[in-house]
Order: sequence, then structure tokens, then C-alpha cells
Amino acid sequence: MATSTATPREMTSVQPTRRNTELGLMILAFIIGGYAMFNTALASGEGIDSELWIALAVLAGVGLVGHLSVRFLAPYAEPIMLPTAYLLNFLGLVMIYRLDIAEAQRAQENASPEPTPAVLGQLTWTIVGILLVALVFLIVRDHRKLQRYTYISLFLGVILLLLPLAPGIGETINGATLWIRIGSLTFQPAELAKIALTIFLAGYLVTKRESLKVVKSKFLGVPLPRGRDLGPLLAGWLLAMAIIAFESEIGTAVIFFGLFITLLYVATQRRGWVLLGLLFAAVGAVFAYLAFSHVRVRFEIWLDPFADADGTGFQVVQSLFGLANGGLLGTGWAQGYPQLVPFANSDFILASFGEELGLTGLIAILLLFAILVQRGLRTAVACRDVFGRLLATGLATVFGLQVFVVAAGVTKLIPMTGLTTPFMSAGGSALVANWIMIGILLRISDVTRRPDPVVTSPEDALTQVVRL
Amino acid sequence: MTRSIIRVSAVMAILMLAVIANITYVQVFKADEYRNASGNARAILQEYSRERGPILVGRQAVAKSVETGGDLKYQREYTSPEQYAPATGFYSQVYGATGIERAENSVLSGTDDRLLFDRLQQLFAGRDPQGGAVTLGINASAQAAAYTGLAGRKGAVAAIAPKTGQILALAQSPSFDPNKLASNNSKEVTRYYNSLIDDPNQPLLNRPLVSTNPPGSVFKVVTAAAALESGRFNPQSSVPCPAKYRLPGTSTDIGNAFSGDLGNISLTEALTVSCNTAFAWLANQLGDDAMRAQADAFGFGTSFEVPMPAAAGRYPENPDAAQTAITGYGQGDVQTTALNMAQVAAAIANSGLTMAPYLVTEISGPDLKVLDTTTPESFQQAMSADNARDLTAMMVSVVQSGTGSNGQIPGVRVAGKTGTAETTEGAANTTWFIAFAPADNPEVAVAVVLEEGGGGGNSNSGPIARSVMEAILGR
Repeated sequence: MATSTATPREMTSVQPTRRNTELGLMILAFIIGGYAMFNTALASGEGIDSELWIALAVLAGVGLVGHLSVRFLAPYAEPIMLPTAYLLNFLGLVMIYRLDIAEAQRAQENASPEPTPAVLGQLTWTIVGILLVALVFLIVRDHRKLQRYTYISLFLGVILLLLPLAPGIGETINGATLWIRIGSLTFQPAELAKIALTIFLAGYLVTKRESLKVVKSKFLGVPLPRGRDLGPLLAGWLLAMAIIAFESEIGTAVIFFGLFITLLYVATQRRGWVLLGLLFAAVGAVFAYLAFSHVRVRFEIWLDPFADADGTGFQVVQSLFGLANGGLLGTGWAQGYPQLVPFANSDFILASFGEELGLTGLIAILLLFAILVQRGLRTAVACRDVFGRLLATGLATVFGLQVFVVAAGVTKLIPMTGLTTPFMSAGGSALVANWIMIGILLRISDVTRRPDPVVTSPEDALTQVVRL
Repeated sequence: MTRSIIRVSAVMAILMLAVIANITYVQVFKADEYRNASGNARAILQEYSRERGPILVGRQAVAKSVETGGDLKYQREYTSPEQYAPATGFYSQVYGATGIERAENSVLSGTDDRLLFDRLQQLFAGRDPQGGAVTLGINASAQAAAYTGLAGRKGAVAAIAPKTGQILALAQSPSFDPNKLASNNSKEVTRYYNSLIDDPNQPLLNRPLVSTNPPGSVFKVVTAAAALESGRFNPQSSVPCPAKYRLPGTSTDIGNAFSGDLGNISLTEALTVSCNTAFAWLANQLGDDAMRAQADAFGFGTSFEVPMPAAAGRYPENPDAAQTAITGYGQGDVQTTALNMAQVAAAIANSGLTMAPYLVTEISGPDLKVLDTTTPESFQQAMSADNARDLTAMMVSVVQSGTGSNGQIPGVRVAGKTGTAETTEGAANTTWFIAFAPADNPEVAVAVVLEEGGGGGNSNSGPIARSVMEAILGR
């Protein structure tokens, strides 16, 4: 693994923990989010009331808890990811709050009872999410231990994916069977399945990668894997197709399959897997188009959303109108009409941001995600063990693919598939899952940058050091 | 392995760049198309979400935005809606805007450059954007007098301050209720609008500004001005006033509203009794070029923006001798508006200097702090001050001892001229009265036109003109 110039570990001084950098960034994120919240309260005419101060205090507390958890439980973790995720979460809360105000106004005009503000639930789940980061630190002292649970993770992941199909607790919301309901609580198990399946894939590929590397033939200069090694790829493909067929959830399927191909490639460094993966994906897309009407509808909306602007194309058309209304600089918080777009605070929250913060604001948000993905992949590169590398790559890839699929869908670059925007969309299960993923990434980074307590022999000490 | 992770990172970056490029395309390049697309409710919601500035007359708002508490936050409300409709126009989510609502939209909606500072203030205070105020130079009592006078008839009134060109009254009948077009109930708005469109009397037509009619005898003041300006005539010059005048090159005779041959009379006398044959003869003496030049110097042939565009008056292009003759007393193809004839009277009153007419006197911010004041603009010297004084004396004679007796105001010297124009065969006459007062230091010039009013200019239009002048003079 140590391919580049190796540096004896004991020669480097103890890595700076960079916890103060993180604290500074957390404060900056709080100031930006707090400003957005004040701006929204004033511009919407709600005014600054005691509830707003309480919410701000809670968010300050949440940020502090997050920071202190890292400081004491994962002190060597890199300092960028936590503030980035915190800022995204904060901005998402402000937008949900802003859309709550619009909903309340609409209810008032129609003389209907005031709806429960979605922001309260989201704030609660934010607290739970941050606490879960601390819990991850407490339970997972070293990410390498997760490798032991490779097959349990597979089992867990598949169960979680299948849960919504179980009679009694499965729930179909907006055409997608992706929810389970226990009492009044709805939950999207697929969000947690993402983590379980990433752990499984990382663990599985650590053991199988050597055999998967074997090349039999070449196609146009690209080495192709052996036929009998196609099994796992086929299994992943079938899983993705099953999600589309039984749960009508194209987005989730795309993410799983994309994650699968990416990790296969990173584990084996064989472009053949990518080629084969894309081939499978193409076949799957054609098959899904022919077999499932809901896939065809999505595709037709994508080709021309204005063909049925008041019907099937309504969401995408309204999203485009909102983005156009935002223009370069946006209308400003609470000055646009994001509430005209269906699911403005969940699937289409990026369109809401595009309208009120404009192209500049939306690009800024996308760059925050880019930073998150980039830091995750940096963590993977720096990591010294294969499992950790694959796990970090997988988690970062899930973030990256999810943001791409949702942002490209909202803006009609690709067909809209209905995914949540990490950390921003209203929805507890997604938020909690995302925070757990950040917790794992931070743990990997912490283990990587942690100074070795004992240097046993010079050979063992020869490891690559990548500065984070 | 590091290399493959870096490749994954590169692919992620490419995906992100693709999204950013696409968002730029949507939010910048396609934005206008989407904004104007049908089915986009945002444009309407946006316009109605900001408090549009008021239109003021004096310190009173004749149009203002009131909160509705509905989806569209504000609605336009007009006080004395029908009285001020020719000036304010309407502001409708279904049919757009007309009048001042349209012409001064940038100020009223708050997008005007002069309101930039106010916009910045609102931006930083996080307040909803607010439009600026437009103040009209209309005199409320003159406007009321004009509107009341027109009640039940079909016609228009325009009054101008002669020294500046400021429009003091702009009224019409029939008028319409802009409140009913500004309603948020688009169904009712559509029904009302269609009823206005179907009305043969065209209440939506801005009569004082764009409705053109033959001026008839009021145009004789233009002929008289041309005669004086030619240098060949003065008020005492003798002109023939026979009972009949044969139009040159035809076998058609024209006559007067009175019977009998007056023989040779002075130019003043000819105007005072409104002798058609004398002015037909005069027009031929002067020629169509001189007549047209005089008319154009008074503002005929120019479409003034007051700020909404007014129709230009018209003197025919290439009239033959017979046609030229009948233009001398305002028939033939001479067409003009109430505003235009008020301008003629105002120019004579203003020592021969024609001013550009204007409605808006001030632009102010949402706080009513004045940002811009209109400076009067002269249009053209239509006649010399001496000739204007002579013509004024002639017009005073019209009111004191001639056809314009209904323009008389006790204690005030009023200059005026009546007109009774034939329009189409069989239709009732269009009657005019133009006047200004006081003759020696004019404060108001007015033109009243009643379409198909029947009767004569003096009896029909005269009292309305007088009441408008009295309102301005405070009598």
C-alpha cells in the first residue's frame, strides 16, 4: 500500500488535532445559519420571538455537543466535515422553517387548521443525529472492528430494504413504497440500509478483491473480469432492479448500483468493472423503461415537462419556474414562492434554495456538498487499511451520488427520481442516517491521524502519511 | 488504490460541474423564458405582493394599494374611480395596466432608478419593497366640475395651466370603474371588462386624450391666428361675410348658422359672430400650407406623452382649394382631441407660446419625500405675443358679445370660442367650447367636447367650460 515515499512515523511530530480550527468553523457555520434564520424571521413578517431564540440556543447547543464529542471522543478527526454538515443541516432547518411559515399562511387564508410545523420534527431529529455521532464514537472505537460485521450488515441491509414491503408496517407515500410505519412514526429504512450495505461491500471486497482483479480478456484495451466473478455484480444489479420494481424507487436503486460499481472499481482498480457496470445499468434502464410505466412517466417528464405542465410535469415545471424566479442572486429569504413547488421542503428543497438564494446560493450549497465528498475521499486516501479506505470511499460516494441525482433531477439534467437532499430535506430517517455516516467518516479519519501509541519495529512503522 | 480513489473524486467533481453548468443554464439563460411561461403564477403573485405606490391629487390618493389578506397580498383601490379613470387608468391582473398606472409603472412598482436608494434601504431593513408615489397636477375641484358637467353625456374635458402646460382636469363620459378591473376575482373582472368592450359608447376609450373629432368653429381661432401671423390681416381688417360662399372649383355653396349677408365686416366681428363664409374665404387666402403650419405650431400633428401618449390632431395633407376652404371653419378632414384644443387656447393665453402638456408634477419615494419635479417644457412659439394679445381680445369679444355668452363669469374677462361641428350625415352635432381666463393673466385654458351632443357649442359645452374655469379661479 505504501507506494509513495514512506516516512518513518516516529520522525513526524504528533499530528495537530486541529480541534480549534473545527471550533472556529462551527462558530462560522452558526453565524451564517443564525443570520439566515433572523433574515427569514424578519423578511417573512414573523418577527423575532422567544421561540426563535430557543431554536437558536438549541442549535448552538447541538453544535457544541457535536464539537465536544469530536474533541473528546475522536480528537484526531479532520476538522472540516462536521462544520460543513452542521451548516447544511442548519440551512435546511431555516428553509423548512421558512416553508412552514408559508404553509401556515396558506392554511390561514383557507381558514383551515394550522399545520404542525415540520421544523420542530426536523430540529428534534437534528439533536438525535448529533447524539448519534457521539454514540458512533462511543461504540465504534476503531472502524476496523466494523469489518467483523460484514455479513450481518448484508443481512441487516437487505432486511431494511425489504421492510417496506412487509404487510402491516409498509407504507406507500407518493407512489414509492419506501416507508414503514410504526404507530404514528414513519421511517425510511432504505436510509439506514445505505450504511449497512456500504459496510458489507467494504468488508466483502477486502476479502474478494484479489480474485475479482483477475483479468481474463480485454475489450478495446480494457481488461475484463472473469465470467464466474460476475456473480456479485449480478446480485447488486438484481437488488437495484428489485427496488425499482417493488418499491418504485429509482433514485435509491441508482445510488446502490453506483455505490456498488464505484467500490468494485476502487477495490480492484479494474476499469473493466466500470465498463460492465455501465453496461448492466444501460440494460437495466432499458428494461425498466419497457417494463414499468412509472419509469416511462419519469422519462417522458424529463424529455418535455411542459407537455403536461399541470399534470405529471407539474413538479419539475414548478421547480424550473422557481429556479428561474431566483435568477442570479435569488429573491432573498422568504421573498420568493418556493411553496408553489410540491415537496418544497423535502425532494425539491434545492429548488427552494435556488429560488430564494439564487444561482450563487445554490452553487455555494453544492460546493459545500463537494467539500464534504472531497473530505470523505481524502479520508479514504489517507486511511491505512483497505477496509477503511473502501468504507470511506463508499460513504463519500453515497453523499456525492445522492446530491448529484437530486440536484440534477430538480434542474432537469436527468429524470427526476425523488431523493432527499442529505442534511437538508425534511425527514428524520435520512437526517439520522447522514449523521451516522459523518460519525463513521470522522472515526476513520481519527484512527488514521491518531499517533501510534507504540512503535513495535521499523518495518511496521513504515507507513504512508497523508496530511489532512 | 489511491489512484482509483482520486479518479472517483474526479468523476464526482465532473458530476458536480455538470449540475452547476445546468443550473446556470436554467437560472440565467432560460430564466426569462420560464418567468414568462404561461402557468407561472409567480409574476402575478410578485406584482401583487409589493405595496404599489399611490397616485396623488394634491395630498389625496386617488389610487392606492390596500392589503387583502389573500394570496395576492395587495389590491388597488380607487377613490372617485370614474372621475379620475382617464388619468389613473386601471391596474388589472387580467388585463394589465393603462393610463398613469401603466406609464408610471416603474415608479409605482418601485423599480424606477430614482427609487434606487429607497430600494436599498428596504433591502437592508428586510422590509417588503414599496413603490413610489406619483403626484398629478390635476385640480380636484376642476376635475369634479368637469366630471359633474359631463354627467349623462358623451364627451371629454381637458384643462391646462397655460403658463406651464400642467393638465388641471382630464375627464370623460361615459367613464368606467377601475376598482372593478383591479379586483382579485378574475371572473368578475372579465365579465366587467367584456361589458365595457361591448358598450358602443366605448367607456374604456380615453376620450380627452385620444378621441378625435372635427373641431368645427373652434378651429376658427387657428385660422384667425394664421391670418394675424401672415401679416396681411389685423383684428380690424375687413373680411367678406356673405350669406353663401361657393367652394372654389365646385358648385357647392356653404352658408352660416345665421341668415343674411353681413357684407364686409372686421376680422374680430367675423370671429364674434362665427361667420363660416368669412373663414372659408380666409383659409383660401392663406393657403393650406400656412394653415397647417399654424395648426402644427399649436401642437396638431404631434403626439404628446403626458406621459401616456395622446393622439395627434390632424390637418389634412393635400387639400384642394375647396377642402382648404372648409378647413377654415374646422370641417373637412380636420380632427382633434380635447387636449389638443385646450392646448390651442392655452398657447393663445400664454402669449403665443405652446407648452408641452403633462399630468405628473412630482415623483416621490414611499416616504413621500419628493425625488423629482417636472419642469415645464415649451413646445413651440405658435404666434407672436402681439398677435396673441389681439386674438385674445377677439376671443373676449366672442364671450362678451358673441356666440360664447355661456362662458361669461361675472367680474372675470373670459376669452373663448364655440364650435358646432357636423360629423356624419344625420348624426347629432359635436359641440365644442374652448376658453381661457382671466384673459389678461390666464390661469386656466379649457376645452370641452360633447360628441353627438346636439344643440350648439355655447349652450351645451359652454356651461361646463365655465364651471371648470370657476373652479380654478375659486369662484
